[in-house]
Amino acid sequence: MTDVRDRIIQIIADQAMLDPAELKPDMSPQDIGIDSMGLVESIFAIEEEFDISVPFNANEPESSDFDVSTLGSIINAVEKLVAEKA
Amino acid sequence: MNAKKSKTEKDAKSERKTEKVKGKMKSATSRARNMLGRVIMGRHANGMHRVAITGMGTINALGRDVPSTFEAMREGRCGIGPLDFRDVDRLAVRIGGQVRDWDAEAYFNRQQIVLYDKFTQFTLLAAREAVEQSGLTFDGELGLRSGVILGTAAGGMNTWDENYRTVYEEGKNRVHPFVVPKLMNNAAASHLSMEYGLMGPSFTVATACASSNHAMGMAFNMVRSGAATAMLTGGSEAMLCFGGVKAWEGLRVMSKDACRPFSATRNGMVQGEGAGVFVFEDWEHAVARGADILAEVVGFSMSADAQDIVMPSAIGAERAITGAMLDAQLRPEEIGYINAHGTGTAANDKTECAAVAHAFGPHADRLMMSSTKSMHGHLIGGTGAVELLACIMALRDGIIAPTIGYEEPDPECALDVVPNFAREARVEAVLSNAFAFGGLNAVIALRRV
Repeated sequence: MTDVRDRIIQIIADQAMLDPAELKPDMSPQDIGIDSMGLVESIFAIEEEFDISVPFNANEPESSDFDVSTLGSIINAVEKLVAEKA
Repeated sequence: MNAKKSKTEKDAKSERKTEKVKGKMKSATSRARNMLGRVIMGRHANGMHRVAITGMGTINALGRDVPSTFEAMREGRCGIGPLDFRDVDRLAVRIGGQVRDWDAEAYFNRQQIVLYDKFTQFTLLAAREAVEQSGLTFDGELGLRSGVILGTAAGGMNTWDENYRTVYEEGKNRVHPFVVPKLMNNAAASHLSMEYGLMGPSFTVATACASSNHAMGMAFNMVRSGAATAMLTGGSEAMLCFGGVKAWEGLRVMSKDACRPFSATRNGMVQGEGAGVFVFEDWEHAVARGADILAEVVGFSMSADAQDIVMPSAIGAERAITGAMLDAQLRPEEIGYINAHGTGTAANDKTECAAVAHAFGPHADRLMMSSTKSMHGHLIGGTGAVELLACIMALRDGIIAPTIGYEEPDPECALDVVPNFAREARVEAVLSNAFAFGGLNAVIALRRV
């Protein structure tokens, strides 16, 4: 799963135009400098990368099944979806 | 200590300054009201023409004409339901305010259907009702002095969708010769000009969700300035097809279950389709022929947020709202109802409420504001036209259309949104808000006759 983790970090880092090394698991999208539309774009990129479907509604990010509060929670949620697919 | 003191002094000073500016503005406004506000018959003292609405027509998810739409709005009926078109099973969002059981053959012949995309078909039907009600025939001079300005965001989206499918999915190398004249955004406006012989100023406006309001504002100014005697105006949208909804799905702002504007439980917008068309007519012309005047168009204002391509700005919205009242020479206290943009997204509804609260001050708590998108869905480029109907119903029938689907108050939307049930109320003047993606805002003001 480290591979999945690195690929997600790379996607988020590309979106934020940061070096992947600057990203920490406890950082929120806001901390990383990603706004709500940036998050929608990142999730799209994640879906394309892993061929999964992420349940996310920009109107109620906190109440989706997909936890986007921190980078760590995004990674966990994606890993789960990738595992479910396999 | 000193620094603090000087800051307080500075604040007090700037406050005085604001007061002074405010005072100045007020007197300038009242002077303007005195100078410009006088109305002599059908003209303003400054030579501008008054503008009457003498016809209205529609087709949308609530009904195929104005009476059935009004009845649904009075009853707070929801026109949103499961979408029905090809490949809908491949969509994540499967609800919309669709015109059910649409059968173009019932209204148009084969030659017409070859040229009319669904958005043009909707426009022609709405116009038929509006022109019939107005009683106008555009013969001779009147035809030369009348035009058509319509709004649409996507124009012939169904035609794009069907023909892309033909060439990309089915691999065919030939399309029908009229694909271009059918899908172009100005097709509906051009067909109206041909249908009624309207030879004056005619064009189409595309400003996403504000298209119809921009179009009607332009038509208002054509008649007000004397450049035209009558204008057909409004807008149309027919984006409920696989490609149209799939594109919107991508933004992740669509609700999968319902449109609940201003409710704390709202979770996004729901698309609709249809058209609204009005006859805007020179007041003196309408009075001289004894026409039934439905309402008076008194003001229009537009602004650009110049900020973000999707996130709305309360400041830009407030500027358009205040601008429409100034243009109409209406005081905030005179506005009894606002038809909100009210899309049901988290961002729009709280931003719109903040803009209204700022623009109206204490009067914001006394006026009513509802979003009829909860019933007919968001008609994107056609939405302002269908929503103007709710404004006319408020002025003419004294019935305020509700915001249905309202479940729970949101402290960020703490205005009287007329939840769930229509209300009887006499209102003298109303506003209709439209705030588009791209930060383009357009607000229209109407007054009771």
